[in-house]
Amino acid sequence: MIDQQIMWTYMIFVTLIIVSGLYCVIMTHNLMKLMIGLELMIKAVTLLLAVAGYLSGHIALVQSLIITVIVIEVVVMTVAVGVVLGIYFYTGSLDAMLIRRSKE
Amino acid sequence: MNNIDLFLLLVMIIMVLGTVMTSGLLRAALGLAVVSAVLSALMYRIGSPIAAVYELSVCAGLIPVIFITVISLTKPLKKDEEKQESIDKIHRFWPLPVLIVLIGAGMFLYKPVIELKQFMTVYGPDVKEMVWSIRQTDLIGQIAILLAGAFAILILFKEMRSK
Repeated sequence: MIDQQIMWTYMIFVTLIIVSGLYCVIMTHNLMKLMIGLELMIKAVTLLLAVAGYLSGHIALVQSLIITVIVIEVVVMTVAVGVVLGIYFYTGSLDAMLIRRSKE
Repeated sequence: MNNIDLFLLLVMIIMVLGTVMTSGLLRAALGLAVVSAVLSALMYRIGSPIAAVYELSVCAGLIPVIFITVISLTKPLKKDEEKQESIDKIHRFWPLPVLIVLIGAGMFLYKPVIELKQFMTVYGPDVKEMVWSIRQTDLIGQIAILLAGAFAILILFKEMRSK
């Protein structure tokens, strides 16, 4: 019963963080804010992995997976930042709507 | 789960809301660093200390630095633009806390019966053996992704310089 309660409490918070990140990604017009929203969603997934490892007892496996997630996250964020910087130098703005309009 | 874990989770969700709803990019990047630091404390408490160290050093250290570098390279908004931006932001983001409270309350009241197969520590391989021996293919993938990222950055900045 206690482990169910632990799992459900973590599930609630993971869901709330994913909802916040998703809301940020959908509603923001700023490219940097969009990346911060994505980062928040990755954080929620990392927490979910750690909780899964804690509850199932496979701590070592989960830690190796989290390390992989973190490495991929850093590379994705670095490349995305490079792209955002390129867009800023090209358009002079970080507004996502401006890029959308320029593509149409 | 004890009170410290619950406190850390509450701090984390408050910081997440602050990060999403703040008007300044710099404050958002710093909020993200705090979220990462709290997450690493949580991970340490639930038995993943090595992953927690990675989270603290890379996600709370490196990524906010990259974000802050990019923010420092951009031009700040003028005062009237900033005022308009913050008003727009309030219009766009006010439903988020309400949504969070509603979803949180709904999930708290709805408690499903989850069948957990196992709740004990499995005495298997340790992290060192798992990373370097059992999941060695992951390492190759990680090296490939790091190289891909490095080449992507090189090409991007080369193109930017040529323009």
